[in-house]
Amino acid sequence: MNWYEIWTELWPTLIAIGIILAVVPVVGLYATFVERKLAAAVQDRLGPNRVGPFGMFQAIADGIKIFLKEQIIPSHVHTFVYMLAPCISLMTAMFALVVLPYGPTPVNYDGGLRFVVMPGLDISLLIMFAISSLSAYGIILGGWASNNKYSLYGAIRSCAQFISYEIPMGLSVIGVILVAGSMNIETIVASQSSGDGISGWNLWWQPLALVIFFTSALAETNRLPFDLPECEQELVGGFHTEYGGIKFVLFFLAEYTHVVTVSFLTTLLFFGGWHFPGVPSEVTASYGILALQMLVLLVKVCGVVCFIMLLRWALPRFRFDQLMGLAWKGLIPLAMLNLVFLAVIESLEWHRWPLAVLSVVLFVAAGYWSAWQSQSFVRKASVA
Amino acid sequence: MSTAETPVTQVEKKQKKKTVQWGDDPKIGFVEALYLPAIAGGIATALKHAFFKKRSTAQYPEQKPEMPPNYRGVHRLNRDEEGRVKCVACYMCQTACPANCIEIIAAPAPQDDPKWANRDKFPATFTIDELRCIYCGMCEEACPVDAIELTSIYDLTGMSRQEMIFDKEKLLSVFDETSKAGLDPVRTNRGALGPASEKSLQSADSPPPPGRGKHG
Repeated sequence: MNWYEIWTELWPTLIAIGIILAVVPVVGLYATFVERKLAAAVQDRLGPNRVGPFGMFQAIADGIKIFLKEQIIPSHVHTFVYMLAPCISLMTAMFALVVLPYGPTPVNYDGGLRFVVMPGLDISLLIMFAISSLSAYGIILGGWASNNKYSLYGAIRSCAQFISYEIPMGLSVIGVILVAGSMNIETIVASQSSGDGISGWNLWWQPLALVIFFTSALAETNRLPFDLPECEQELVGGFHTEYGGIKFVLFFLAEYTHVVTVSFLTTLLFFGGWHFPGVPSEVTASYGILALQMLVLLVKVCGVVCFIMLLRWALPRFRFDQLMGLAWKGLIPLAMLNLVFLAVIESLEWHRWPLAVLSVVLFVAAGYWSAWQSQSFVRKASVA
Repeated sequence: MSTAETPVTQVEKKQKKKTVQWGDDPKIGFVEALYLPAIAGGIATALKHAFFKKRSTAQYPEQKPEMPPNYRGVHRLNRDEEGRVKCVACYMCQTACPANCIEIIAAPAPQDDPKWANRDKFPATFTIDELRCIYCGMCEEACPVDAIELTSIYDLTGMSRQEMIFDKEKLLSVFDETSKAGLDPVRTNRGALGPASEKSLQSADSPPPPGRGKHG
């Protein structure tokens, strides 16, 4: 292998890395802007509208302001870990994007322009989950190093939440893996292609898995209604109470990167990635078609991001025992049952339509069971 | 209770029932247990507000709010028909002020000037510390001649504390500005004037003096 060959393999990777490094902070900044606008709309306000047309430059102004802030390190913190935590947080969040295709990528990639840093990786979904689990470290270390009980509470809550919700998330994704027969995200997307571009989406076969996955993913991003690690009313600011300026921004950026990652995963795994009616499903070398497919993917992702932001204003926060109960008593048994039935149906090589029925039946059954349990649960008034 | 129940009297049982009260979780129905209908309802409410409700934001510096005419803002010192300061330096407002922000120095009215012929006293200085004032309106309640009033000016700013101590000239200029702009407070010339007030107000058929509010 000579230098030329190395270079031809290297440059698409460098470009992909460069795009992620350049785009993610901007997306993070503008996600805050969009979120503020959306929040304002839901609350009958106008939102930021003073800086630039429609307040477009508010995000930039915020960025400049927060980067120029004085760097304060409280005297009571463990300085090294305190500085390390936000870096870990952002690094793991960005690292998870390595295997995410942000544009149409063929299953068998062989050189040329591409939209993923590591194409053709057989275990890309596994790597994705392995790395995103690491982001708990940033929060836990940050909470511990702050030497503040509220920060530590937030970190411990976050730890418990991460551990609990990893399970239903993994279980619901195994269904997708079984259906596609691969852990490669590109293969999973390719397996959702069909003639009309919409009937092949995993959404139709596994609505229950989608609900479970999306709920657990929301919990993983620490966003409402699962933002217990940082809920202001109970824990001041949670794990980032002692952080200010650029260190806070790193945590913040990590959270928004998670939101973007989760939206990408939801789109790629359940909403057919770049497949859409009227758009060619084959990944070709034609730039026009590539751009169209990329547009489809990004529009879907933006839709999911907006949905996550909307959920924030539609739902109240869970209590912590409710949060744990939802994961362990609701989502995990449901995901397991769904997985078992799905495995049976896939191994018998039946048609897939019973899967959709199964999802609905399981969901309704869970609702009935939950209601029945609530109705029949009479607490004994014991005095002793 | 897992152990065998010990015999207790009825009274004891009743007391025990009252001493411990369990708050049970509310029972939920089937639809509530499904979560998703409630979530859809929440999103529907959010979307309804996002798309169909009127925005209630007021774009402040461009869109000024219309203050109610009985709003208590910056003070003004009223002038009478002849342009003299109405104040007769009786110290009623200074005495009534709970924040001690009014300071008056009285002087005998210039007797050789025909303009001041019907006055004994007038305020040589009249200063109000607008930063110390709590805008309670007791000064205008106390004033027997309706000389001091609170206007509906709410956006009072200044670069220094000294700037915010208003003297007589400044307070009179507030009167000139507000009466010119038609922003007289609702309490102006409310008719409950004492004997020190000028005659034109006491006779009903005389034209209203300058500064008489549209609400008066």
